[in-house]
Amino acid sequence: MLVTFVAPVVFVLEGAGGVAVAVPPEEEPMTTITEVPGVAAVAPAAAGRGYGFSAPLVAPLLFLAVAAVAAVAPGVLTGVDPLAADPLHALAGPSAQHWFGTDHLGRDVLSRVVHGAGHSLSIGAAAVLLAAGVGTLLGVLAGLSPRYLDELLSRLFDVVATFPELLLALLVIAITGPGTGNVILAIGIAQIPNYARVIRAQTFVVRRSGYVEQAVTFGLARPVLIARHVLPNVLGPLPVLATIGMGTAIIATSGLSFLGMGPQPPSPEWGSMLSEARNYLRVAWWTVFFPGLSVTLTVISLTLVGRRLQRRFEGRNR
Amino acid sequence: MSTLTLTRRRGLAAAGWLGPVVRRLGAGVAVLWAAATAAYLALMLVPGDTVDVLVGDGLDTPERRAQIIAEWGLDRSPLQQYGDYLLRLLQGDLGHSYILQRGVGEILSSQILPTVQLALTAALFGVVLALLLALSTAGRRSWLGGLAGLSELVVVSVPPFLIGILLLAVFSFTLGWFPVSGDRGLVSLVLPGLALGLQIAGVLGQVLREGLERALEEPFAVTARSRGITEWRLVARHALRHALLPAVTLTGWFTGYLLGGAIIVEAVFGRPGLGQVTVNAVTGKDMPLVMAVVLISALAYVTVSTIVDLAYLAIDPRLRRSR
Repeated sequence: MLVTFVAPVVFVLEGAGGVAVAVPPEEEPMTTITEVPGVAAVAPAAAGRGYGFSAPLVAPLLFLAVAAVAAVAPGVLTGVDPLAADPLHALAGPSAQHWFGTDHLGRDVLSRVVHGAGHSLSIGAAAVLLAAGVGTLLGVLAGLSPRYLDELLSRLFDVVATFPELLLALLVIAITGPGTGNVILAIGIAQIPNYARVIRAQTFVVRRSGYVEQAVTFGLARPVLIARHVLPNVLGPLPVLATIGMGTAIIATSGLSFLGMGPQPPSPEWGSMLSEARNYLRVAWWTVFFPGLSVTLTVISLTLVGRRLQRRFEGRNR
Repeated sequence: MSTLTLTRRRGLAAAGWLGPVVRRLGAGVAVLWAAATAAYLALMLVPGDTVDVLVGDGLDTPERRAQIIAEWGLDRSPLQQYGDYLLRLLQGDLGHSYILQRGVGEILSSQILPTVQLALTAALFGVVLALLLALSTAGRRSWLGGLAGLSELVVVSVPPFLIGILLLAVFSFTLGWFPVSGDRGLVSLVLPGLALGLQIAGVLGQVLREGLERALEEPFAVTARSRGITEWRLVARHALRHALLPAVTLTGWFTGYLLGGAIIVEAVFGRPGLGQVTVNAVTGKDMPLVMAVVLISALAYVTVSTIVDLAYLAIDPRLRRSR
C-alpha cells in the first residue's frame, strides 16, 4: 500500500495484507512457495473445513457483489448525479433524501460512494491485471530459462522489490504525472515481483513433475508442451495472489489519491473523497465514514476470499 | 588421524562461514548497484530533454542549464555519463535540486530525523502490540484468537491515512489529549506512530500467532508439557523462538513499509520530514530529489535485509553450509 503502497514469502499481509515475502535469494528453487504474501496461512478464526461456501464467506461475497454492481452499473443503486453540487444543502447529515448525507459542496455522499466504486475497483483490477500478466510471463520465463537467464531475471525482481511499493509508485508518478492511468501503471509495476517470484517457484515444480517429463519423452514440441502442460499448471496460485493483491492495490490507490496523485477532483474516488472530507470531519463525520467504510469492507472481503482460496489451493497441493 | 580430520573440519567450517557471509554482502552491494542503475535508467527514460527533466518546475536559465550539463556530464557519451553518476553516488553526492536550489544531500539530512523518529516509534508500537496480542491469545480459547484475528484483519484493511484521520478525530479534536499537527516533542509522535504502527502490529501479530500455534503442536511442545511446564512458560520460552523466525524474515518489508507509510502519515499529521519533501518533489517533478529519496529507501531496505540474512546465519547453523 502506498503505504498503502504500502505494498514480501511468508505470505504476509501486504498493506492490506499481501506483503510479498521476499524469498531469500539463497533458497533452493525447488522449494514451493505457495504462501502468498500478506495472507496468513492459517485462518485466525475458526473456519469451516469443508468446501463450498461457508458461513463466514457469505457476507464478504455479498459485499463484493454489491461493489461489483456499483462499479459496473452505478445507476442501479442510485439515481443521483455524483457531481451535482447543491451548496444550500452542504454538509447535511444522513436523511431520507440523502441516506449518507451530503459533502461540503452539497453533493450526495451515497451517490459518490457508489460511483467511486467504479474508479477504485477498476484501478485496483487494472493494476492487478498488469502486475499478474507481466509477472506471470516473467515468472514462467525465469522458471523455464537456462540458469544464467533465470539468475538475471530473479535479480531483476529483487531489485524492483528493493524499492518500497509506495516510493516506486511515486517515482513512476514523478515521471508520468498524476492521473488514473498513471496510478494503474505505478501500482502495477510495483507489484510485478510478487507475482513473478511465486510463478517462477511454481514453474520449477511443474517443470520437474512426472507429467512434463513424460510429455518430453513422447517428443512433444516445446511450445506445445509449455502451452498445454506447463502454463495451466503454474497458474494455480494466481487467484490467491490476485485477490490479495487487489486489496493491496485498492489501499495503495486510495493512499495515492489521498496525496493528490490519483484521479483528479471532482472524480468520486474513495481515496480522494477521504482526502477532501478530512477537513470537515469535525462537523460532518459521514463524509469520512462512508467512503472509509467502503474501502475497508472491500479490502476485508477480498482478504477473506483470498484466504479461503489459499486454503483450498494448499489443500489440493497436499 | 583423528586430529587431522578435526583440523580439516575446522578449516572447512571457517570457510563455510566466510562463503555465505561474503556472498550475502556481495549480493547486497550488487542489488544496490542495480537499484542505482534502475533509478538512472528511469531518469533517462523520461520523455523529453534530460536537462528539461532535471530543471523540473525550477527556474530555467541558460546558466542553470550549463550547470546541469556540467554536473551530469550531459555533453559526454552515455557510458561516461553513467560512470560519472555512479562515481558521484559513491562519493555520497546525490546531486542538486534545481527547484529548491539546494544540494539534495543537504535537504535530506535536514529532514530525515523526524521521519526516522516516526518510523522507530511506529516499529516499537507495532512490535509491542503484536507480541502482547500473540502471547495473550495463542493456544487459548479459540474465540479469543478469533477476536484477535479479526482485529488484525480490520487493522490491515484500513488505509493507514484513514487510521490517522480517525485517531486525530478522537484523541486530538474530541478529547484534546494530543496536539493536532506539527512536530512538538515526543507527545506529537504518539498518534502518528500509532497510525503507522498498527498495520505492523496487524501483520506481525498474524504471523506470530500462527507461528506460536504451529509450534505448540510440535512434538517438543508435548515433551515440555509432559515435564509439567506451565503453558505460559511453554509459550514464552519455547514456542516464541520458533514463531519469531518467520517474523524476522519480514523485517525488510517492515522497513520499506515504514518508509512508504511515513510519507502518507506525515501528510495526515502535517509533520515535517521526508514525506513532505517527497510529495512536493513528486508534484513539482523534482527528479534529482525523487531519485535520491528512492535510492535512500532502497539503501535502508538492502541494509536491513542483509543484516537480517547475516543474523539468520548466526541463528540457524543449517544455512551456513554453502550450496
